[in-house]
Amino acid sequence: MAETARVARERGRVAEGVRTYGLIATMWIRSTMAYRTSFALTTFGNFAATALDFVAILLMFSRVDALGGWSLGEVAFLYGVAGVSFGLADLAVGSMERLGRRVRDGTLDTLLVRPAPVLAQVAADRFALRRLGRVTQGVLVLVYALVLLDIDWTAAKLLLMPVMLLSGAGIFCAVFVAAAAFQFVAQDAAEVSNAFTYGGTTMLQYPPTVFALDLVRGVTFVVPLAFVNWLPAGYVLDRPFPLDLPEWVAFTSPLVAVACCALAGLAWRAGLLSYRSTGS
Amino acid sequence: MRVGSGRLYVAVAAGGFRRYATYRAATAAGVFTNTVFGLILVYTYLALWEENPQLGGYDQAQAVTFVWLGQALLAALAIGGGGFEDELMERIRTGDIAVDLYRPADLQLWWLAADLGRAVFQLLGRGVVPFAFGSLFFPVALPGEVSRWAAFLVAVVLAAAVSFALRYLVALSAFWLMDGMGVTQMAWLAGFFCSGMLLPLNVFPGALGEVVRMLPWSSLLQAPADVLLGEADALGTFVFQAAWAVALLAVGRLTQSAATRRVVVQGG
Repeated sequence: MAETARVARERGRVAEGVRTYGLIATMWIRSTMAYRTSFALTTFGNFAATALDFVAILLMFSRVDALGGWSLGEVAFLYGVAGVSFGLADLAVGSMERLGRRVRDGTLDTLLVRPAPVLAQVAADRFALRRLGRVTQGVLVLVYALVLLDIDWTAAKLLLMPVMLLSGAGIFCAVFVAAAAFQFVAQDAAEVSNAFTYGGTTMLQYPPTVFALDLVRGVTFVVPLAFVNWLPAGYVLDRPFPLDLPEWVAFTSPLVAVACCALAGLAWRAGLLSYRSTGS
Repeated sequence: MRVGSGRLYVAVAAGGFRRYATYRAATAAGVFTNTVFGLILVYTYLALWEENPQLGGYDQAQAVTFVWLGQALLAALAIGGGGFEDELMERIRTGDIAVDLYRPADLQLWWLAADLGRAVFQLLGRGVVPFAFGSLFFPVALPGEVSRWAAFLVAVVLAAAVSFALRYLVALSAFWLMDGMGVTQMAWLAGFFCSGMLLPLNVFPGALGEVVRMLPWSSLLQAPADVLLGEADALGTFVFQAAWAVALLAVGRLTQSAATRRVVVQGG
């Protein structure tokens, strides 16, 4: 009985969180839309900024035919999947990297006294619709990859496409939340999270064959970013799996995403409990 | 310049150094992040040079050295932004700049001194460790002669001057555009793409490569790297960098006086 009451309470909190998130995000969208030109320009800027690293890949392929044994189409596929997944996560919870600043200047207290889940408030804070620029760029590269590649489509591969993108977004969301939780401990060290978020997505844009085995092990078993695209994309592209992993792991991304989010949630709770205000 | 004012700018530079030195956790975080990015880039470059040895005239060791130089200079030269310019823009936007103009110091020299202090700290605090890490664990091509290192340091100082001059112009744009976000972003994109941060400029194909090498941003990373790697004539590189620094600082001066007249007109 106690268990079901607990579950019901948890569910209520999740619903409340989603509602809070929606309200705050809507408010920020409205405020952004007050300056439409500025919105259009910053969205384009976001698009262009992320497009630049794909330009670098195109420049590389103007001088070589393959990278780590992967063709341009295959690398573009990896890039597109990583780009869309990361872009969705960045859109949803990318604002959390500002948490350190809020802890430092004490404005987090304002969020604590409001009768709404803190995580939802922090995640929706300054919700930036312009980040759709990054998602759009990822989608375009993914489409470009699908045009270049001659994939032997099966039902399983088709099903894996949306599953891969959403699970990838879930895994990246977990990384963002965990990195924010870390900022409760080290407020000035917000930049560490860049190594895992931006660094992670940069790494996933290239084939696993490029990197040292220990690095591949690290992003498979420690911070499981390999489940964002390397493993599921390996199945879609019929590529040998890194670390001799069996083929079925390509389908475990959703489980990994759920586990990551649960762990990140626990880390967030621990961080919030350890929070002491600035005391000024 | 009088001796007294010289001392003033040295003090301002020391202040810039000390100010960044207080953020120890942020510096440690930066070192970690630069090292991780360096690792990722090194492996992609190794794969690239595996396919095409001698790409752009570099061998593998030179390409690896280039990566770690980029990580070492990224923060010091503010190639992706993040120096004084945000603060100066904010002062222009809020009107605090009027106070600065009443000070018995030159606006451009004041910010140049502060930014050089910052650059020196970032080079020592954030640059040295990733570079040492890279040199220890990867095959690098470092010169044995002291003279080449000295020439490299001169190129870095000139790079800092060009970097400052560019960002000073970016900041002054706030006098005309109230929202500097677009300009900052464009400057960031140009800095990354045209300095060699994204890919060494000698790897760029054909005419594109020739054009980016002529632009001021090539002074930031490509020029000091080529001096250290022995791929460019040191004196010729200094002349190129100094010419851009002088030209851009002069444009900054003209823009500044045009902008200051504007402030006086707005005056009220």
